[in-house]
Amino acid sequence: MDAVEVEVSLRVDGRQRRLTLDTRTSLLDALRERLGVTGPKKGCDHGQCGACTILLDGRRVNSCLALAVAHDEAEITTVEGLADGDTLHPLQESFVRHDGFQCGYCTPGQICSAVGMLTEAEAGWPSAVSADLTAPVELTDAEISERMSGNLCRCGAYAGIVPAIAEVAR
Amino acid sequence: MTTTEQRLTPRAMGVPLDRLDGPAKVTGTARYAFEHPQTQPLYLHPVQATVAAGRITAIETGAAEAVPGVLAVLTHLNAPRLADTSDGELAILQSGGVAFRGQIIGGVVATSPETARHAASLVRTAYDEQPHDVVLRAGHEGLYAPDSVNGGYDTDQVQGDVEAALASADVTVDQTYTTPTLHNNPMEPHSTIAVWDDGQLTLYDSTQGVHMVRKSVAPLFGLDPEQVRVISPHVGGGFGSKGNAHAHVVLAAMAARQLPGRPVKLALTRQQMFFLAGYRTPTLQRVRLGADRDGRFSAISVEAISQTARIKEFTEQTAVAARMMYAAPNRRTTHRVTRLDVPVPSWMRAPGECPGMFAAEVAMDELAEACGLDPVELRVRNEPETDPETGHPFSSRNLVACLREGARRIGWERRDPTPGARRENGALVGLGVSASVYPVFRMPGSAARVRAEAGGRYTVSIGAADLGTGTWTALTQIAADALEVPVEHVDLRIGDTALPPATVAGGSSGITCWGSAIVHAARELRGQHGRSPAEGAEAVGETGDNPDTERYAMYAFGAQFAEVRVDADTGEVRAPRLVGVFAAGRIINPKTARSQLLGGMTMGLSMALYEQSHVDPSIGQVANHDFAEYHIATNADIGSLDVSWLDEDDPHVNAMGSKGIGEIGIVGTAAAVANAAYNATGVRIRDLPVTLDAFLS
Ligand code: FES
Ligand code: FES
Repeated sequence: MDAVEVEVSLRVDGRQRRLTLDTRTSLLDALRERLGVTGPKKGCDHGQCGACTILLDGRRVNSCLALAVAHDEAEITTVEGLADGDTLHPLQESFVRHDGFQCGYCTPGQICSAVGMLTEAEAGWPSAVSADLTAPVELTDAEISERMSGNLCRCGAYAGIVPAIAEVAR
Repeated sequence: MTTTEQRLTPRAMGVPLDRLDGPAKVTGTARYAFEHPQTQPLYLHPVQATVAAGRITAIETGAAEAVPGVLAVLTHLNAPRLADTSDGELAILQSGGVAFRGQIIGGVVATSPETARHAASLVRTAYDEQPHDVVLRAGHEGLYAPDSVNGGYDTDQVQGDVEAALASADVTVDQTYTTPTLHNNPMEPHSTIAVWDDGQLTLYDSTQGVHMVRKSVAPLFGLDPEQVRVISPHVGGGFGSKGNAHAHVVLAAMAARQLPGRPVKLALTRQQMFFLAGYRTPTLQRVRLGADRDGRFSAISVEAISQTARIKEFTEQTAVAARMMYAAPNRRTTHRVTRLDVPVPSWMRAPGECPGMFAAEVAMDELAEACGLDPVELRVRNEPETDPETGHPFSSRNLVACLREGARRIGWERRDPTPGARRENGALVGLGVSASVYPVFRMPGSAARVRAEAGGRYTVSIGAADLGTGTWTALTQIAADALEVPVEHVDLRIGDTALPPATVAGGSSGITCWGSAIVHAARELRGQHGRSPAEGAEAVGETGDNPDTERYAMYAFGAQFAEVRVDADTGEVRAPRLVGVFAAGRIINPKTARSQLLGGMTMGLSMALYEQSHVDPSIGQVANHDFAEYHIATNADIGSLDVSWLDEDDPHVNAMGSKGIGEIGIVGTAAAVANAAYNATGVRIRDLPVTLDAFLS
């Protein structure tokens, strides 16, 4: 099977990017290997760790599971696009203050996932631990832990991640 | 007489400074190995053996070579001959032999990762397959006594007469405990970019020691160390697996040599890491304890067995903690290892102490029950006056204080010693305890350079590593105190062989070895150039010897407590509360140190309840080789974690007064959980992980 190439246009962290790529290329590899946007990380390439989490048209997704060719004209926000110039995003700032990481390799995924999670909670999406599926979501520690469990951290920084998110959420 | 090292006055040390590399990490701009920008990079995908033992009889690469975009296919038939093949793990592609399933037998280089991976799948191999043996078991006919075990420890130690003491003991425990194969699984896959240019090899590598990689790789290719540069500013975890150069680094360097001038990128897939990145051997430990009716030990015996690979010996030092932990006049510890058709085991967080203290500390719980004693009290009663192994005094030993404080924090007085007595909301609830220990290691071979810059600033250079350990921040704090300047005046440089040599980030020794070198360099600079050195003034310092190392036994201690809840109907087991209290000398940075200890305990909880690499004996490999099947603790698996430490003043360990904290957090967690599960249910767990089936029978 030889490579089939197509042209794709992506808006990444506010910048329009146009590239010709192999149809087998994941969104994650398109960002990291083709566009030099290495903020999103590859931990497993199988949708099992969350290190590659980005915001795709506003929703959190595992970019290793998305084929770039299927997302022509998509609006993508990575961890590199969250800060406002030199001013860190409140979650970024909170992660530093609460030491919500050690090696930092899961961190871009954790932070993007948290951004997406806060939007979901705001919209009233329940989780597996929500007692009432229709009530407004109250982001308790248990809710945050549950909703963030798609993002693995081998350094075991969960005990810093939850308060880092809670402080911004409440 | 040589005297104790002059101590540093803490000013920056002890301050909970935010991680200096934090902003780079939360904005995604910190560069990990695979992310260093390259022009026209090539991608390398390994080809792996699909049998566990045998020999390649034919390898067909034509189809792979025919794929547009493929530049090279390496096999044992065309790969460069290595100048040094003494390390069997690293000596890849030198023959057609296969020592384990998943071993590297080739590699495909192409212009894109997709093409390299696809072409690698087209390489066809025929084998003369031999029967394989991949399962460690008691009484394995291949078990032998190695010359020494990991860390250079004696294989066996015998003091007194264990058999006689056991025969006459009032109370004995004689049980076998097992821990499974475990994989480090740092979140950042092992990755390397290799560039071979003009006889110079540059490696951007994800490693716990740039100088270690250089030392390992240079002789393989007949290069002088100066011809190899290794760069590694940020590392996405390692936990020991990046403490050695592994075979993929050699493959990348081989490919780069075939394609001079072109950067060759290789990142192991998560699945490949289960074959090629080291792991913790399974262990079987027979533990025998003998005591009088008051619980005072007369005998401790630990016989540990583990596995290693055909091509390289690594023996986990499973029994060494039993040599120094508790007083007993009669002690015997032995290690036996057997070579199997398996990947090469290596370091995983607290090799030795981690599996060893699981067995010993569960055995302690069994002995406490047999004596009718509180498990905390049993440990207190067996506190040694001096190190049982060497007879030296401990530089500091505050295990008892840790136990008392931990008991207070978890509410130990509420523990009912009768198993199964406490039931809440349909769950059986129990509390358990374990001790923790980790040695203070000091390795020679690190040096630091301090340079005075304009405006009272200083550049401090050392080829050390930060794999999430907080090295960037803690070393900066040490340098600031050694120079007596604010931390903002110090620029630290690490992670490059262009900087002075540093020992590997292992054995929780980084701060001791690198910090001491920095202190000596700073003192040298002040000694030679005074308080206001001219710009450009430099001094170098080394770790140096610490005479107290010969006079004192140096260890960090801790106590871990767990609350476990087992669902009375389903057997589901959770540990909603863990308490860890540690005595680890001076804590350089309370914020990053807390994360180290939390991280260790979290990994310990993960080991207790979830982690296990299942070896499929029929095909000879780990079957659950990804994150979907090899479970590590997730966010929702963690309950309340209470980490604290005692203010411990140890004048002997080093100028900072610090002990290592990277590993002790995982030592004892699993035992505390298993002991709590026993207290909850009356079911004694001697085999990890603790899973619900144990409570259903
Ligand atoms: S890299 Fe995408 S989920 Fe792990
Ligand atoms: S910080 Fe290292 S994996 Fe999460």
